[in-house]
Amino acid sequence: MKKQYYQYVHISVGILMLLGLICFVFLAIKVSGMADFGQASHYSVSAEFSNIGGLKVRAPITVAGVKVGEVTKIELIPNTLNAQVTMSLYNDQPIPYEDASARILTEGLLGSNYISIVPGFDSSDPQHQFLREGDVITKTQEALVLENLIGQLVFNIKK
Amino acid sequence: MSVQPDHLVDISNLCFRYRDRDIFNNVNITVPRGKIVAIMGPSGSGKTTLLRLIGGLLLPDSGQIKVNDQDVHSLKKPQLCGLRRKMGLLFQSGALFSHLTVFENVAFPLKEHTDLPPQLLHDLVLMKLEAVGLRGAAQMMPGELSGGMARRVALARAMALDPELMMYDEPFTGQDPISMGVLLRLIKHLNRLLNLTSIVVSHDVEETCSIADYVYLMAHGSIIGEGKPQDLLASTQPQISQFMHGEADGAVPFHYPAKPYLEDLLDG
Amino acid sequence: MVNFFERLGSKTIGLLHASGQSGLFLLRILWQKPDFVRIWPVLSEQLYFVGVLSFLIVVVAGLFIGMVVGLQGYHTLQKFGAISQVGQLLALSITRELGPVLTALLFAGRAGSALTAEIGLMKATEQLASMDMMGVDPMRRIIYPRFWAGMIALPVLGLIFSMVAIYGGYWVTVQWLGVDPGSFWSNMQSAVDFRTDVLSGVIKSIVFAFLVIWVALYQGFECNPTAEGISQATTRTVVYGSLAVLGFDFLLTAMMIGGW
Repeated sequence: MKKQYYQYVHISVGILMLLGLICFVFLAIKVSGMADFGQASHYSVSAEFSNIGGLKVRAPITVAGVKVGEVTKIELIPNTLNAQVTMSLYNDQPIPYEDASARILTEGLLGSNYISIVPGFDSSDPQHQFLREGDVITKTQEALVLENLIGQLVFNIKK
Repeated sequence: MSVQPDHLVDISNLCFRYRDRDIFNNVNITVPRGKIVAIMGPSGSGKTTLLRLIGGLLLPDSGQIKVNDQDVHSLKKPQLCGLRRKMGLLFQSGALFSHLTVFENVAFPLKEHTDLPPQLLHDLVLMKLEAVGLRGAAQMMPGELSGGMARRVALARAMALDPELMMYDEPFTGQDPISMGVLLRLIKHLNRLLNLTSIVVSHDVEETCSIADYVYLMAHGSIIGEGKPQDLLASTQPQISQFMHGEADGAVPFHYPAKPYLEDLLDG
Repeated sequence: MVNFFERLGSKTIGLLHASGQSGLFLLRILWQKPDFVRIWPVLSEQLYFVGVLSFLIVVVAGLFIGMVVGLQGYHTLQKFGAISQVGQLLALSITRELGPVLTALLFAGRAGSALTAEIGLMKATEQLASMDMMGVDPMRRIIYPRFWAGMIALPVLGLIFSMVAIYGGYWVTVQWLGVDPGSFWSNMQSAVDFRTDVLSGVIKSIVFAFLVIWVALYQGFECNPTAEGISQATTRTVVYGSLAVLGFDFLLTAMMIGGW
């Protein structure tokens, strides 16, 4: 009788621990989207913006709406006082380098900001076809700030 | 061959205070080897506290308690642990572990302190239970036992490691005559057969005197009398004789100190 | 007037005495040499009492909390036309706050009070003293396994609570109220960061476990060995444990929102 009791105890404790582990894994993958980290290899590029709006670290980077990376760092450049955004892009899809541009867009109307990269054209330089580690995207468009838009609108209406 | 000291327990000049009350005031007690010594006294005279002091559960304010020539309160934890294995204390309530069976209760000290193979452990436990007459109750839970049976199981557990010193805290209190007789028989026989030294703390005069070799009578923190049971019973000292013969009024007054009776009645 | 100060002074001294005593108590627990082979049977039994038996209350509570947060969140976000964000709201509030805190409060009430009562009863029936007299350290045999059982069980229960709550919210918002499941999960995934949200919830759970178990074991061990004393100690476990959890929740949240 005692043996059975102890077996029951051990089994139920084991099940509890297993459930805890399952929940942990679930929370890691389904809830926080950690699956993306499976893409181990990535490379960094950077771009300069005059206004990043509400862009935050870990904001997605998309090409044609498909997520290809994340923002890893946002800093202020001392001299020009522009924002330098460092991006981490996945290795699986090469993006043409020449004339590539980065724009900061907004998800929906009230959503958060993200970066959309419009790929460039086939490059003239065969050595530097695609974006690679350390590249700087030179063509950038700043974020659309609602107040500026409204200001412009009001100004135009007054005209 | 080393000479063993005559007295297993030697208490000298013990002083112990608890919440501004003097529980012990320069108490001296010696317990010779192989004898049954009784410590008697009215309720609240600190008899249970004495056993706890001997076992090292409490610290005295001054004085010394030596067991087997070792000062109990200056021992380090591992040595104290070793000393305690040679002592058995039977608590007034039995204090059995309520979540273990009778068998497991008695097996507890053996499991914790020895590495005996299971079969040997099993046999030893059954032997201890047989000695107290409860081998048949081995699979019962403490909640199912009567008070007397619980105490006997606790006795078996206290003896599990074959101690040299057994201490009994009010073993006869609240027992029916049969259980009382059983316990008396057990204490006397076990002491003789196993060559134990026993200290019995009680206020049951008749029962205790029937088995004790020497009696200490305590009241108000000091010893008011000591001697062989028959000597104390014959004593004419008022305090001693009031206690030994159970007189309602005498050296210890019947009335708790109060205002004069007439005054109290007229006030209310 | 003087009486008031006298009482205040003695209360303060009493408080200091209690904190010192409980601190020493904690140190005695933590300072034990770990002996995994011998401790395992007792530990697993305690894990059962403390963890497995709390499982049901955690699951049921988690389910209802998740459903309520989902419902309330939907209702409020609807006004902004932002019901697609409800998954994010649910996940963040559960993993960061409600999961660890509510699990700890439930734990204090169920397992903490049970532990205090058990140990208090062992003290009142002199089982602890008799164990001492047999040369077995009751700290090692009774307190130590229960401490680690609690430290392991509560974070596990916290994780289970979080998952059940999120699923509860999912059922309410997606199955019942018609939120699009795709946007539910994807918005959640983009908003919830493993390190700052899930892990910080786990860390909170661990800290709360430490507090609740410490209070429960201390109150039981140092209680007045009478019936009244035990019931007072049990009440104190629930009250002090809960307050400690809420207080430390604020501290931890402040630390985490700042640094991490």
